[in-house]
Amino acid sequence: MAVDPTFEACLSLHRFGLGPRAGSIAAIASDPRGALLAELESPEAGRIDDPALSGSAQAARAAFKFQQEQRALRLAQRPRSDANAANPRNAAGPAQTQMPDKAAAQPPQPNAGPGVPQRLYLDEARARMHAALGARIGFVERLVWFWSNHFCVSADKGNVRPICGAYEREAIRAHVRGHFRDMLLAVESHPAMLIYLDNARSIGPASMAGLRQKRGLNENLAREILELHTLGVRTVYKQEDVTSFAKVITGWTVVPPRQDPAHAGEFWFNSRMHEPGAQMVVGKSYPDLGIEQGRAVLATLARHPATAKHVAGKLARHFVADEPPASLVQRLTKRFLDSDGNLKELAKALVTAPEAWDAARGKLKRPGEWIIGAMRAAGTTAADIGPVMQAQNLLGEPLWRQAAPKGFGDESNPWLDGLSQRLDIANQLARRMGAQADPRQMLEDTIGPLASSDTRQAVTRAESRPQAMALLFMAPEFQRR
Amino acid sequence: MTLHAPTRRELLLASGTLFTWAFVPRVARAEGRDPRLLVFVLRGALDGLAAVAPIGDPEWQRLRGEKALTLGRTPAALPLDSFFALNPAMPNFHRLYKSGAATVVHAVATPYRERSHFDGQDVLESGFTGPGASESGWLNRALGALAPAARVGGGKDAFAIGPIAPLVVRGSAPVLSWSPPRLPAASEDTLMRLLDLYRHTDPALARALDERVGLATIARAGGMDAQQPRAAGAGQVRAYFAESAGTAAKFLTRPDGPRIGALAFDGWDTHADEGVMSGRLANLLGALDGAIAAIETEMKAAWRETVVAIITEFGRTARINGTDGTDHGTATVALLVGGALKGGRVVADWPGLRPANLHEGRDLKPTTDLRAVLKGVLKDHLCVDDAALATKVFPDSGRVKPMAGLLA
Repeated sequence: MAVDPTFEACLSLHRFGLGPRAGSIAAIASDPRGALLAELESPEAGRIDDPALSGSAQAARAAFKFQQEQRALRLAQRPRSDANAANPRNAAGPAQTQMPDKAAAQPPQPNAGPGVPQRLYLDEARARMHAALGARIGFVERLVWFWSNHFCVSADKGNVRPICGAYEREAIRAHVRGHFRDMLLAVESHPAMLIYLDNARSIGPASMAGLRQKRGLNENLAREILELHTLGVRTVYKQEDVTSFAKVITGWTVVPPRQDPAHAGEFWFNSRMHEPGAQMVVGKSYPDLGIEQGRAVLATLARHPATAKHVAGKLARHFVADEPPASLVQRLTKRFLDSDGNLKELAKALVTAPEAWDAARGKLKRPGEWIIGAMRAAGTTAADIGPVMQAQNLLGEPLWRQAAPKGFGDESNPWLDGLSQRLDIANQLARRMGAQADPRQMLEDTIGPLASSDTRQAVTRAESRPQAMALLFMAPEFQRR
Repeated sequence: MTLHAPTRRELLLASGTLFTWAFVPRVARAEGRDPRLLVFVLRGALDGLAAVAPIGDPEWQRLRGEKALTLGRTPAALPLDSFFALNPAMPNFHRLYKSGAATVVHAVATPYRERSHFDGQDVLESGFTGPGASESGWLNRALGALAPAARVGGGKDAFAIGPIAPLVVRGSAPVLSWSPPRLPAASEDTLMRLLDLYRHTDPALARALDERVGLATIARAGGMDAQQPRAAGAGQVRAYFAESAGTAAKFLTRPDGPRIGALAFDGWDTHADEGVMSGRLANLLGALDGAIAAIETEMKAAWRETVVAIITEFGRTARINGTDGTDHGTATVALLVGGALKGGRVVADWPGLRPANLHEGRDLKPTTDLRAVLKGVLKDHLCVDDAALATKVFPDSGRVKPMAGLLA
C-alpha cells in the first residue's frame, strides 16, 4: 500500500522541521526525504550572516565597557552625598543625611531601556527567530537548537548574557554539519562555556598561580563534559577521572578585560594556571603538552563508543519518541562511530531511518518549536522579539536560560503542565499575527494530511477567525509530532 | 491647528482594541456638524430573538418555551413597543430607547444565506454579496468616498503593531489602531471547545487541560487568587467591553481626534446553555449594555453627534436545540444607539414565526437587508452619496435603498 506522500511531507515538516508554511507540504510532497537531505546540503541552511551581530569577544568588550560606564556614573553621585554629610547644616547627625547609600545603590538612569548586555542578548534572539521563520523546512535549524541545548550555557550567569547568542553561532552553527570533535572543541574552548561552568577561574593546585594563592581546582566543567556532553552519566568514568580531567583543562580561560583590553573576552590558554604533569583520564595517560593535553582528551572522548551511544540516544529521543526504538539508537550509534562523528552523516541516518518515520506522533512539541510553528503557520516572516520571549518564558523554555547544564528535557510529560498557558498564548498569537487568512485554508496548509475530522470540525465551526486559529494551534496535530 | 496623536501613555491605557480612520470627514464639518460613528462587530452570530423578543407574536411562547423572554417572567423583559421587548440584561439600552436615542432593526440580514461564521463575517464586513470577494471593508471604502478635511495623528498611520484590524476597517484609507498591552485570557467558550476536541482525540491532553481548569476553579471557589486565572470570567468580559468602548469614546471626543472606528467583540456563538435570562448570553448582553453606557458617558456633549451601529453576521435557529442553545440561523437584529438618532422604535417587517414563515423551516426569515440600514446611517450621518454607496461601498447594491429616517 502506497503511503500518501502529502502525509509524509506534512509529518516530516513537523517532526524534523519547524512546521509548514503555506505551500510547504506541496513543495516537498514528491520526495520528503530528499527535501530534508537537500536542506542538509544547502549552504545557507543553518547560517546567520547578519553583519550587525557582534562576535563573542567584541560583545564581551562592549558589555564590559558598559559596566564600567555604569559604575562611573554611580561613583559620580557619591561625592555630592559626601559633601552633604560634611555640611554643617546637617549637624543633626547621620540619620538626617541625604541617604548616600541609597543613591549609590540605585543604578543611574541616563538612558531608559535595556543595557548593553540585554540588548546584545535580544539582538541575537531576534536574529535566531528570523532565521527560524525564514527556514525552508527548518531541519538544520532544529539540529542547531538540539546541539545548542545539548551544549547549553545560561544567560542568567552575569557575563554570559552578552555572549550566549554569539556562542551559539560560533560554536554550534559553525559545526552543525561538521564533526562532533570540532563542535566539542569549539564549545569547550568558548569563553561562554568557560565562564558558565567556572573553568575560567579553575587553577591547578600545583600550578604557578595555584602555589601562590589559596584558590584552586574547579571540577564543574570537567564533570559536565564527561557526564552531559560526551560519555553520559554513570558510564565509564569515575570521580578520579573528573578530578584529573579538571586538572587537564586548568589554564583554559578567558582574557580578562583589564589585562589586555584589545583581546579581552577571547579564549586564552594561561599556562600559569595550568596544572603541571601527565594525567590519567578514563584509563589513558595524557602527557602534559600544555593546551594540547586538553585537546587530546577531548579528541578521545569524541570518539568514545559511550559518547556515540549517548548522543545517538538523545537525538532519537528529541526527534522521534520519548522511548525511541532500540534499533534506531543502534543504527545512529553505529553511524556516529563509522563516520568518525560526522554530524551531517548522523542527521542523514536519522531522516532515512524507517523507525523515524513509522513512530506514532506522541512527542509534544517543546514551547520554542511550537511558537515558531504557529507563527510560520500564520505566515509571519518578521515579528517583535518581546512577545515571543515572554511566551517562551511563560511556558518554561526561556531562551538560552536553561536552569541547569543538562538543558531542557525532552520527555513530553513535564511540558504538559504548560498546556493551559499555551492556550492563552495561542489566543494572543491568533489575534496578533493571524492575518485575514481563512483558518480552514490554514489548517489544510499546515496539518491537512494529518488532521482528524474532529479537528477539522472544531476549526471550521469556530465562532471567529481568531478562535479558529487558536484552536488550530492547540489541536493535537499541531501540538504533537 | 495642532493635530492630536495619542501619546504613548494613552495607548498603554487603552485596554480595548480600537481601529479608527485617520481623517475627519469634510462634508459634515462643512454643515457645522461633527459626527462620530462607531461600528461594533459581534462575532459568533447573536441570537436576535433573545436580544429583542417578539412577545406579541402568537407563536413566540410555543416556539421557545421556558427560554422565551416575556413580560410576565422573572426577570421580566423590558417592553419596547406593543410587539417587542428587550432582554432585561440591557437596562441602559432600554433607557436610551425610551429617550429616543436607540433603534432596533429586526428580521434583518446580509445577503449571505449559508451558515459559516468566517464566510458570514466576511460578507458582513466586506460589504460584498459573497465571501472571499475583497480584502477591504465597507467602512474603509465609505471613508475613502468622503473627502478628508484634515488628517489626524500627525502623519502616522498606525500607532501600534497589535491585533489585526477587522476586515470592516481594512482597505486603502489609512487606519489608526490601538491595541491593549495585555490581551485577555482565552474565553470560556474557546476552552470548552478545546477540551471537547481533546476528549475526542487526545485523552492525555484533555487530562492536562482539565487539571488546570479544575485547579483554577478550586482556587477561585476557595477565595484564593488563582495564579493563572483560567478563562476570562463574566466580570473580566464586562470590564473588557466597557474599557474598550470607553477608551474608544475618549479618543473620539478629542477636538482633533479620530471620528470613525470599529471594535470587535467575540463570544456570541451560543450553541449550548445559551443562558438568555441568566448565564452566558445574559452576561454578554449585559457587557454590551455596559459598553454602550461607557460610550454615552465618555462622549459627553459629543453624544448627540454619535451613532453606534451594532451588527452581527447572522442569527440563530428559532427553536432551542438539544443542548439548551441555538444553532446558526439567518435573520437577526441590528442595534443602533446614539444621540444623533431619531430613535425609540423597532423597525421590522415582521415575517412571523409559524413554521411556514420560517426560513428553511428553521430560522427567522430576513425581510430587511442590513446594507439598507448601514447605507442609511452612512448617508444621513456622514453624508456619503448614493452613487458611492451603491457601487463602491456596497458593490452591486443598487436595488438596496438606504433606509431613511434613522437620523434626527
